[in-house]
Amino acid sequence: MTVYRLKTPLSEEEVRKLQVNDTVYLTGTIVTARDAAHRRALEYHKEGKQLPLNFEGLAVFHCGPIVKKEDDGWMVVAAGPTTSARMEPFEDEFIRNFKVRVVVGKGGMGKKTVDAMKRYGAVYGAFTGGAAVLAAKAIKNVKGVDWSDLGMPEAMWILQVEDFGPLTVAIDAHGNNLYETIQIKADTLKPEIYRKLGIQ
Amino acid sequence: MTEKLLETVAVKLLQLAVTELPQDVKDALQRAYREEENPVGKSQLKAILDNIDLAEKTCAPMCQDTGVIIFYVTAGSQIPGLDKVEAALRKATAKATKEIPLRPNAVDPFTQKNTGDNTGRHIPYIHWNIVPGDTLEITVLPKGGGSENVSALGMLSPNQGTNGLKKFVVDTVIKAGAKPCPPTIVGVAVGGGADIAMKLAKEALLKPLDQPNSDPELAKLEQQLRKAANSTGIGPMGLGGKTTVLDVKIDYAHRHPASYPVAVVVQCWAARRASARISSDGKVEYLTHRDA
Repeated sequence: MTVYRLKTPLSEEEVRKLQVNDTVYLTGTIVTARDAAHRRALEYHKEGKQLPLNFEGLAVFHCGPIVKKEDDGWMVVAAGPTTSARMEPFEDEFIRNFKVRVVVGKGGMGKKTVDAMKRYGAVYGAFTGGAAVLAAKAIKNVKGVDWSDLGMPEAMWILQVEDFGPLTVAIDAHGNNLYETIQIKADTLKPEIYRKLGIQ
Repeated sequence: MTEKLLETVAVKLLQLAVTELPQDVKDALQRAYREEENPVGKSQLKAILDNIDLAEKTCAPMCQDTGVIIFYVTAGSQIPGLDKVEAALRKATAKATKEIPLRPNAVDPFTQKNTGDNTGRHIPYIHWNIVPGDTLEITVLPKGGGSENVSALGMLSPNQGTNGLKKFVVDTVIKAGAKPCPPTIVGVAVGGGADIAMKLAKEALLKPLDQPNSDPELAKLEQQLRKAANSTGIGPMGLGGKTTVLDVKIDYAHRHPASYPVAVVVQCWAARRASARISSDGKVEYLTHRDA
């Protein structure tokens, strides 16, 4: 359980050092993307269209923030993670094509993503679900917003962050998946739990 | 009781609900933090408590998912103007969305268009309860999507009985894993029918955590199920630990002889709710939050 303070852009080597249960605080650029933005990014890539920015070495954040328009730009009011499982159909391709090094979200991801993280060098950083003000506090500036036609939650918000975290490394670049370990353990405990409840 | 007063109170309730948790929920989370031994689980509870504190201080929504807005209205039959309540609550929801702000969360399921102000067909949803008297009690429940998505309905066989119910609750909690942002509150209801069980299970989430069930047998069952859920090891945010649920709340309705519907509705740690009572003379009393 080591604590790391890392800066984007991250190299493959840096993220390969991280192990499940480590804690990471990120400084640099993170970009929000939910289902719709993932889908569009992959479509653009397929069609050879230019993306709003180069994702290499950055963190993608599964988040639909509440953002307030102010005179001199945008202010992030609340920006906790959303359920990552919804991005599972896209994330492996996203990691492969765009070389993001950290995926930030909640609830974990499936085998396709775990395999892609191992293969291409990326980790999943769990941010405490619902801790939206804590996240907003670490967001120092909104560098831009793209694809706002998708609506406020689904748009791609480019955020400058400082000590963004704590992120718990829940999937590392070596194929370890903390959620899966815990789920398997809970499943094996089932008979004992049933027994204590008086169920055969 | 004017429409304007209703609107003002409802906006205030929405603001209180999304920025500050009721004391019983805060107490339960603090207890979980003190008792947690898993370092990752403890770090999650620490982040949750820090976040609650920040949200209160900055008057910002504690979670960006400010939910689908549901109102529970208990109306005294002697109050004039009850036909105005729905319009006032819809107006308040749109206003609160802009002012607090809340995230626009009302999407047409066919066109996928977001209305932008949290109002739409049947949304905000209003549950009515008409009682004798001349006061109006309004409760708002902003219900997040992540926890709602793990709700489950089991149309069990009556011969499975209480054991079937217990198994269904444990299985639902384990299957939900990290998804509903644990530590959660689990609302359980049995009987009635599919819709009645779901309705009662969601309403059970409004019961204060520091008040045990008034039925001693159900209180015992709640405690048993809480212990069972907390022995799964899922823990805060599903990252491991001993607090998977803050509490289990059970309600029931009499059932059809052939049916045994069991409903489970899960609420995330951000168990937001706020209530107020409006008297016929316009006096407002906030019930879930101090100094409102």
